[in-house]
Amino acid sequence: MRTLRILFLHELKSLAIAAPTYIASALFLALMGFLYWQALREATELPLDYTPVQGWFKWFPPALIVVVPLLTMRSFAEERRMGTLGALFSTPVHPVQVVYAKFAAIYVMYLVMCALALLFPCMAWWYLNDLYGDPRLLSLPSLLGGYSFVAVSGALYLAVGMLASSLTRSMLVAAMLTFCALFLVILFGWLLQQIPPGVDSWEARVQQYADYLHTYQHLGLFLRGIVDTRTIFLFGTGAMLALGLTSLTIQSKA
Amino acid sequence: MTHDSTDNAPAIEVENLCKRYGSMTAIEGVNLRVGRGEVVGFLGPNGAGKSTTMRIIAGLMAATSGIARINGIPVAWRPEAAKRHLGYMPENNPLPEDLRVTEYLRWRAKLKGVPWRKVTARVDAVMEACDLVRKTRRRLIGTLSKGFRQRVGIADAILGDPDVVILDEPTIGLDPHQILGIRRLIRELRGKMAVLISSHILPEIEQVCDRVIIINQGRIVASGTADSLRREFIPDSSISLEAGIGIEALNNALLPWEPRVRVADKGDAGEGYRHYVITLPEDSHLASGLLQRIWPVCAGRVRELHSLRPSLEDIFIAATRRSWEIVAADGTTPPNHPVNQGNR
Repeated sequence: MRTLRILFLHELKSLAIAAPTYIASALFLALMGFLYWQALREATELPLDYTPVQGWFKWFPPALIVVVPLLTMRSFAEERRMGTLGALFSTPVHPVQVVYAKFAAIYVMYLVMCALALLFPCMAWWYLNDLYGDPRLLSLPSLLGGYSFVAVSGALYLAVGMLASSLTRSMLVAAMLTFCALFLVILFGWLLQQIPPGVDSWEARVQQYADYLHTYQHLGLFLRGIVDTRTIFLFGTGAMLALGLTSLTIQSKA
Repeated sequence: MTHDSTDNAPAIEVENLCKRYGSMTAIEGVNLRVGRGEVVGFLGPNGAGKSTTMRIIAGLMAATSGIARINGIPVAWRPEAAKRHLGYMPENNPLPEDLRVTEYLRWRAKLKGVPWRKVTARVDAVMEACDLVRKTRRRLIGTLSKGFRQRVGIADAILGDPDVVILDEPTIGLDPHQILGIRRLIRELRGKMAVLISSHILPEIEQVCDRVIIINQGRIVASGTADSLRREFIPDSSISLEAGIGIEALNNALLPWEPRVRVADKGDAGEGYRHYVITLPEDSHLASGLLQRIWPVCAGRVRELHSLRPSLEDIFIAATRRSWEIVAADGTTPPNHPVNQGNR
């Protein structure tokens, strides 16, 4: 546990002084700020059956496809390029400890970044509540549910990014690999859903799995304030699998 | 540092180590031992398998077969326990560019299990030992010169006060002043830590090491003290002579006494003197009476006469040549090998 804490604090510090962290944060916040403004404008112009916050959260997964690679690309690719990963393994640390410490540090950064994005609806409510007094402006269950989903799904996205980073010595290649992998992870369920539904046939079974793998299906539940343990299981096991594979990769390539 | 170690076990023990990459064999049947507190030089030409062996001992690479132990602890089975006894400086000494020297060493000290309250004192001690205290303390590692980076690497290797230190090419890229500093530091480690050090600077190894191990083509070809290797690989003794005498007269003076003697003319030494190297067989008794044989022939015109002691470089070349010849005799020499190119 001592080693894990030492590695975690070191990684957190490394992330705090790394330029890509700030680029990712600035890009993400600018994008989410713009998208929230769009969601507000849409809500004022069209009769919608969802709140601005719910509409805004639907833009989180595509935004994360861009931001997660920037956060994870350095994690192993840079260390492998420099050779510092080998030097790290000459100390009494286990590769699993290294992977979990790096993951925990990046995850903390990610949660902080997403929490900062939540300031947009909070600020809008603070300034506009007196003017409009609409309770839908800050729907707390949607806000907390959406943030929970972002936190749970982020674990898988970051783990996939770290796995991609462990496969190469180039940060650019790692970022591109992550981008493609996340694109597939997020869109795979949606693509499966495009298969026409059938009754008592293989299409019906595929439809069942498609529903389970569909990111937006889970997001919809969370935005309604329902915390589904199946979602936590899906993203949690996916993240564990990716981290396990990362650990095996760095053991063989350090 | 007494974590799980076997008290009587050697600091480093390697048995039948073998590493293969597909059909290519990097090392085969490597056996070596380094006693506690002993400083051992590990020599070999490029690609001989030095770094591979060192990386396996350091637990950074798995061997195809064989076993490596540090203080009796098998590195492959209990890597964390073995690494508690180990300080390793890899070849090229990779360091994080964006950390300050003290930050980096503090972090490494904590990782190596130095108790929290002793971290500052231990870091200060190794920085003092490696002469890093004055200017470099607060500098970013990325801005350091090659010499200072090497010192940071060595400081890191001895940071956890390990029983075993493995230094892969620690003096590469250093200026003579810095090499003297590293030499002094390694001498100070003698008796406290077992040091396995690889280097291409052979006089360096001869000066600091108790023993030398030579590896060639993935096999250990020689092991022992410099003197024992000298006796094994270069048994003949050589004498340097500067005298005012021709080679024929010199041969005529020596051959009646010892027919196996060989005289090589090394050229004009100025002022009518010539430089010769006289090679005498191992069991020859001529060396002690050499001057008496030469003196009357050259009418006292002898300016220099001294024994030529084979350097470690000579031993290294003789040992590697012998291993190549053995392989060539087996008919397994690679086509691009120097033996086949006739450049020996």
